[in-house]
Amino acid sequence: MTVVLDRSVYMPVMGRLLDVEPMTELETLFTVGMPDGQSLGSEPGQFVEVSLLGIGEAPISLSSSPSRSNGTFELCVRRVGDLTRAMHQLEPGAALGIRGPFGNPFPLAKMKGKDVLLAAGGLGLAPLRSLINEILDQRGSFGRVIILYGTKQPSEILFRSELDEWAGRDDVEFHMTVDRGDEGWQGHVGVITTLFPKITVNPRNTVAATCGPPIMYRFVLMEMLGKGIPETQIYLSLERRMKCGVGKCGHCQINDLYCCQDGPVFCYADVKGLEEAL
Amino acid sequence: MSLWVIDKESMVPLIGAWKGDYRVVGPVGRGTQFAFGEIEDPADLRLDYTTSILPPKKYLQPQEERLMTFARSGQPVVAAELEAPPTVLLGVHTCDLHGINVLDQAFSEGYPDAYYLERRKNTLLVGIECLQPCDEHSFCKSMGTLTVSNGYDLHLTDLGDAYAVDVGSPAGRALLSEHDGPRQATEGDMQRLNRVLGAKWPHFTYKLEFDVGELAPLMGQSYEASLWNELAEDCLACGQCTLVCPTCFCFNVYDEVELSLEAGERWRRWDSCQLDEFARVAGGENFRERQAARLRHRFMRKGRYLFEKYGELGCTGCGRCARSCLVDITPVDVFNQLHGARC
Repeated sequence: MTVVLDRSVYMPVMGRLLDVEPMTELETLFTVGMPDGQSLGSEPGQFVEVSLLGIGEAPISLSSSPSRSNGTFELCVRRVGDLTRAMHQLEPGAALGIRGPFGNPFPLAKMKGKDVLLAAGGLGLAPLRSLINEILDQRGSFGRVIILYGTKQPSEILFRSELDEWAGRDDVEFHMTVDRGDEGWQGHVGVITTLFPKITVNPRNTVAATCGPPIMYRFVLMEMLGKGIPETQIYLSLERRMKCGVGKCGHCQINDLYCCQDGPVFCYADVKGLEEAL
Repeated sequence: MSLWVIDKESMVPLIGAWKGDYRVVGPVGRGTQFAFGEIEDPADLRLDYTTSILPPKKYLQPQEERLMTFARSGQPVVAAELEAPPTVLLGVHTCDLHGINVLDQAFSEGYPDAYYLERRKNTLLVGIECLQPCDEHSFCKSMGTLTVSNGYDLHLTDLGDAYAVDVGSPAGRALLSEHDGPRQATEGDMQRLNRVLGAKWPHFTYKLEFDVGELAPLMGQSYEASLWNELAEDCLACGQCTLVCPTCFCFNVYDEVELSLEAGERWRRWDSCQLDEFARVAGGENFRERQAARLRHRFMRKGRYLFEKYGELGCTGCGRCARSCLVDITPVDVFNQLHGARC
């Protein structure tokens, strides 16, 4: 008996690429629209499964904040695997399969009324930007906003115009660094942990979030804990392989947790005992 | 719900009658072993089988299945169809009924998996009570899976010249009542059934050296056990253990494209957490690179993770992974060694 499925959690909705903006040698910002201008209905920190029919599918963090959606969303994508290599060949107008949004978002409600400390390493800025812009668009609802951003070298800096805007605001404390400078680089040099001595925090009143390459978490966590921020007020966005996004395929498991459903944003207190988390 | 009896000689015409409405799948001989297959001739059915190479899971979650078709040219479209023929899954051992119960929960929890659930909805389960252990690897008695009280549409018990048939659902009852052969059980039949059920237990031995209720807590305390590293020195990371497991349901997804590049299909296929690429992301990082970590992950899923999520252990005691392991890593030994190390 043949059953026709009108919908299934594995079937993408075909969206359309509206804009393609190269950001660095490897990273490009893609703006995507859903059919009939429908909203994705995402929260900061969530991800979508992006399909190119015939190539495959991969989980990609949403870089745009719901507060700026206008019926579209943005994906900042590094050219690194089969799917992302193919994405980088696309031009505006191309069809793009989308499933989601999926996953556990950043705890925006818990951050309201508090100081927020946001630390991004490299491409980790892509998911954190969805949170940062959401916070800035509701700026009055938060205390101090401290943003730390580090990349390996100046050529890998993402969202340059927005960084300038954040740096220019007097209601944002923005610090950035590169591991290695170049001839034109006038700013701070050093890994992201070298930015922490520049800031003071009121630890009880601060909620922190961080995202970056796997190697970064331990060191950033040490700094955050060293500032006295409680484990229950530190959030991490983790990357894993995901084939389904809906807690079935098993690839993203971190011990007994499914990164796609229980994460990708985890409270540090919930994962610190899990060997596979970091 | 109610108890019926059917003489063994009446099974052939009964299955023949079912075949008019259903695909009938059951255990058949495959070389010196047994496998679940479609029953063409009811005489091929081997309800006296020991164990099957693969669990009957493959009729609910096939080794590979098409998730959708798509057209790439013009306005890209996707469409999904699946084959979910009305099926009688016949002769399912109680360990495998427990396994299907785990799959039912995994695929219906959270985001329902329509592919599994459509097939499951169209499948009637006819279990069979085990009266003898399959072989030395079975440890169903230890795992509490040597019998079932629900989860089947019909459940058979071999009474010698006849089967007692316990009805577990209205659909199961319909399988019996519309045909000649099955009759309502008498008081004498019930006594005979009770004798058979009472006599079976001594044939099975407890293999775990502790109560199964202690397994999940034991696994919780065994994460750092040295045993994982010791086993990993032997383990070949071949993934057979997960392929034959009745409660493993992890999968991979991949696209196939026609030569014209204009259309294609997206498929999913059983995958194994024992393979070294399982947790590798595109950037190159592998989050479970050591075989000791992968092997531990499998046993944690079987003994603890699924239990915490679904309230059912991921190990049914069927023994298939032990039979298929090329280096004799068995769950009984692993669980007992972990228990011994803790004492």
